[in-house]
Amino acid sequence: MNYSEKVMDHFINPRNVGEIKNADGIGEVGNAKCGDIMKMYLRIEDETITDCKFKTFGCGAAVATSSMATEMIKGRSIDDALKLTNSAVMEALDGLPPVKVHCSVLAEQAVKAALTDYYQKQGIDPEPIVGKVPEMEEE
Amino acid sequence: MEKRIIYADHAATTAVSDAVLQAMMPYFQTNFGNPSSIYSKGRENERAIIDARARVARCLGADPKEIFFTAGGSESDNWAIKGVADKLAAKGKKHIITSAFEHHAVLHTCEFLEKHGFEVTYLPVSADGLIDPQQVADAIREDTALVSIMYANNEIGTIQPIAEIGAVCKAKGVLFHTDAVQAVGNVEIDVKAQNIDLLSLSGHKFHAPKGVGALYIRRGITLPNLIHGGGQESGKRAGTENVTGIIGLAQAIEDATANIPAKIAKLTPLRDKLIDGILKIADTRLNGSRTQRLAGNVNISFVGIEGESLLLMLDHYGIMASSGSACTSGSLDPSHVLLSIGLSHEVAHGSLRLSFGEEFTEEDADYILAVLPGIAERLRSMSPMWETIQKEGIHFNADKTKLIKEGE
Ligand SMILES: Cc1ncc(COP(=O)(O)O)c(C=O)c1O
Repeated sequence: MNYSEKVMDHFINPRNVGEIKNADGIGEVGNAKCGDIMKMYLRIEDETITDCKFKTFGCGAAVATSSMATEMIKGRSIDDALKLTNSAVMEALDGLPPVKVHCSVLAEQAVKAALTDYYQKQGIDPEPIVGKVPEMEEE
Repeated sequence: MEKRIIYADHAATTAVSDAVLQAMMPYFQTNFGNPSSIYSKGRENERAIIDARARVARCLGADPKEIFFTAGGSESDNWAIKGVADKLAAKGKKHIITSAFEHHAVLHTCEFLEKHGFEVTYLPVSADGLIDPQQVADAIREDTALVSIMYANNEIGTIQPIAEIGAVCKAKGVLFHTDAVQAVGNVEIDVKAQNIDLLSLSGHKFHAPKGVGALYIRRGITLPNLIHGGGQESGKRAGTENVTGIIGLAQAIEDATANIPAKIAKLTPLRDKLIDGILKIADTRLNGSRTQRLAGNVNISFVGIEGESLLLMLDHYGIMASSGSACTSGSLDPSHVLLSIGLSHEVAHGSLRLSFGEEFTEEDADYILAVLPGIAERLRSMSPMWETIQKEGIHFNADKTKLIKEGE
């Protein structure tokens, strides 16, 4: 697998691994059957993501894209986080092998799923803001 | 602990040995002639190929006329299966028996034949990764053209009862092919005693270069030509011979088969030490029979860990290995071999294959056992799947093929 040095760096030294207790938003995407699960935790204060952590079960690219995604939204506004795209994550990692592009999609979805959860906890319908996030598939 | 570099992926390929390289060297520049040429540089090469064919034959208990050089395992498998199918279809025999966990060179060839009017029976594999000769006997029909069962599995290293299957096929008058790519040099092979009609082998699995192999075709069986052209390989596989490769193959197979019992005696305790040591890590399982397996193969699944990330971490520590996870197969499904022995997708994704050869040492095994628990712990600590497993009391079922919830 031809991973860039950035991907390898984020895999070997992932940033923001872990959980946030009583997180304001938690999103989980992917499933064990396909071999990728990402779980994203957000702490949100005044529309800003003040902290962000992740846990990932998956390949090198899955870990690296989650790690990069947390770096890209930490300290940023919700609006900025909503604009995070999978291609931006890929670009920040100096690219991904074609078969691994879906990992970057998963990372984008994990952020959106966590924001959906945040709005739901606030009693706000997330769909007009976040859009539809694919449901977690149960086996 | 000092970092070690350990190549534990011999089932994928091996390095060309010094002896093999030295045997090949003269044929690149000095004896470069075309074996078909009449002058001495050509004749020298022809003699070298005759000699190489005899040496390969001797290592298998075959006759030199029964050895055909090819470009490797995939080519030999294709030729054997399509060749027999083509030949026997004319006699109304359009049924092939193989197993569910063959290499893709066999499986995809069979799938191709299915599209061309053949019927293929894929024998199921036991939970231990073994085929019972009785299954073969029961599956043989009037119109069966060929039985193709691999000698040793490339992922889980299980060794099939080849002589018994050969006897069944002989008794029923059906041709028997075996893909012995992973077996050569690791188990004693005697094509006559084991009633093998066709056998595929590949040089790069035992220290010959990549892109050279052979197909043993028992005398009396005439397969259609694989490549039409000149008269090389009795006119069956045309094209100027890969002289250096063929000479390398002969040297390599002699070296690999020179002392198999000693190799088995050396590697078996190391394999068992690795298996016992790795299984001490919680929620792991050995894939494939513990005893009917290659002395240099370990295959273990780790619950809650994905195979590719395990390989990348091991590589970081200098250990080169492989996995049957979907990520490493480049598809969405984990290895068909692991699924064939009954593993669920979740369990199959977390597999690790260590395959090693003669140079593997006790220190290498100790090093692997020293770093693996920490790697497993680290990957599990960041795995949401592991978290769910711990929280919800999910655990292995009795035969460790699936994950189930408490009380299920
Ligand atoms: C069991 C088995 N059959 C066939 C092959 C294909 O051999 P080759 O790479 O020489 O075509 C391999 C090697 O990958 C193998 O392990």
